[in-house]
Amino acid sequence: MENTYLKPLPVPDPDSEPFWQGCKRHRLLLRRCTDCGRLRYPPGPVCAHCGSRAGEWREASGRGRVYSWIVVRHPVPQEVFAAEVPYVVALIELEEGVRLASNLVGCPPEAVAADMPVAVTFEDVSETISLPKFRPA
Amino acid sequence: MWSLRDKYAIAGIGHTNYSSRSGRTVLDLASEACGKALADAGLMAAEIDGFVSYTFNDSVPAMAVATQLGCNATRYVVDLQAGGNAANLVIQTAAMAIEAGLANSVLVYRAMNGRSGFRLGGGREFRAQGITQFTAPFGWITYPQAMAMWCRRHMVKYGTTSEHLGHVAVTCRANAGLNPRAMKRQPITLDDYFASRPIVEPFRLLDICLETDGACAVLVTSAERARDLKQRPVRILGAAYGGGPQQGDDLFDALRWPEHATNYAAYIADELWRSAGVGPQDIDVAEIYDCFTYSVLAQLEGFGFCKPGEGGPFVASGAIARDGSLPVNTHGGLLSEGYIHGLNHVIEAVQQLRGEAGPRQIQGAELALTTAGAMSCGSALVLRN
Ligand SMILES: [Zn+2]
Repeated sequence: MENTYLKPLPVPDPDSEPFWQGCKRHRLLLRRCTDCGRLRYPPGPVCAHCGSRAGEWREASGRGRVYSWIVVRHPVPQEVFAAEVPYVVALIELEEGVRLASNLVGCPPEAVAADMPVAVTFEDVSETISLPKFRPA
Repeated sequence: MWSLRDKYAIAGIGHTNYSSRSGRTVLDLASEACGKALADAGLMAAEIDGFVSYTFNDSVPAMAVATQLGCNATRYVVDLQAGGNAANLVIQTAAMAIEAGLANSVLVYRAMNGRSGFRLGGGREFRAQGITQFTAPFGWITYPQAMAMWCRRHMVKYGTTSEHLGHVAVTCRANAGLNPRAMKRQPITLDDYFASRPIVEPFRLLDICLETDGACAVLVTSAERARDLKQRPVRILGAAYGGGPQQGDDLFDALRWPEHATNYAAYIADELWRSAGVGPQDIDVAEIYDCFTYSVLAQLEGFGFCKPGEGGPFVASGAIARDGSLPVNTHGGLLSEGYIHGLNHVIEAVQQLRGEAGPRQIQGAELALTTAGAMSCGSALVLRN
């Protein structure tokens, strides 16, 4: 599978590893500051609200709304995305308040609308990586 | 708070030819632009003691340019790793160096083979690591794709239309027709705009700036010194750099940005106008960072030329045309003159304020705004003759 998958694969690091491990188990995990309780995404090392480095992983509902979106028509790089276009990249605002960038799947580009309710769905793209994508809900 | 009002000036400008295939090294381009700025000011290489440049891993360091030109007295150097957000910050930085006594005359440059060499618009580092692991795996990679997301949000929030974007493209192209150094001079209509192919909706090809090989250089010195030099000095009246909260881990990343229908301009406008002691109503000509058509709308709003959300109707009214109330991008901008990462806007503003813009001269231009940036951070200058 990995050999034929040409799109960029996330390279997990110490800050993001549990997030990607969660995705592999089809669970969407957000980093939560255990000092002030705020959630953050992407899961960086420090809470921007209170400066704390203490945190835990919380499973998100996976439900959200479309905040903004684009329809990619011209593939870049050509050889990687030629077969994918047109595809939709959206900023999804989760119920929990954070925004994720992802693809909208199961929905033609013309049908995407602002505030459209969506739910997470996982795409297993390699032995170790599953990507959180979103479909109309 | 900027306290250097009127103390520093742009005393010289230089640029290469703009092309899509220079056939020359970036060092050659940088040296040509810097050498021309020196000659324009009437200064000798030995009198230059500072350099400020910016690069996206596509330029040459200042020490190399200093070595080529024989600027052997160099004692202040900044090679900034930055994008268009820095195109005006570099001028401010040069003035600060002089204020601090670290240099007397500073060359500021940007040089790149932006089409034939490293193509900034072609995508970022393809390995999805660091912040990119949260964007690139979804095919969200290029700057047009990044900016289109901001534009769509503006459309959703304010009802901005493709036609509004088209007016920016058409206006810039009309101005470029009067500019012999512009890469695209053939006039276009709104129909041409709508006929250009979709790249990443809501952007068409004509929403996106040109990839360019070339270099620009600007010589900054004290206003006092500039008075004795060859050209009419263009004084730095005010300057600001900054942006909003949670700007992101790099220029592309805006996952934590509060509201994508608003960009950096809204956050630095107060400081800019306060530093300059003038307001948007006083500006005679505005060279606004137009990496994409849309970025002009967000900045017109942010800097206070119109209300939030009214950038579209403002440009559609003809206000930004050369005979409008606020002539914008009188050289054709990044969209039609070329993309030297925003420093070419400063060159044009200086020419307008010197009264040497030829057929594209805005009569009586005394105050110019230049801006740099489109997303979460950026910089701006107010210049006067
Ligand atoms: Zn916290």
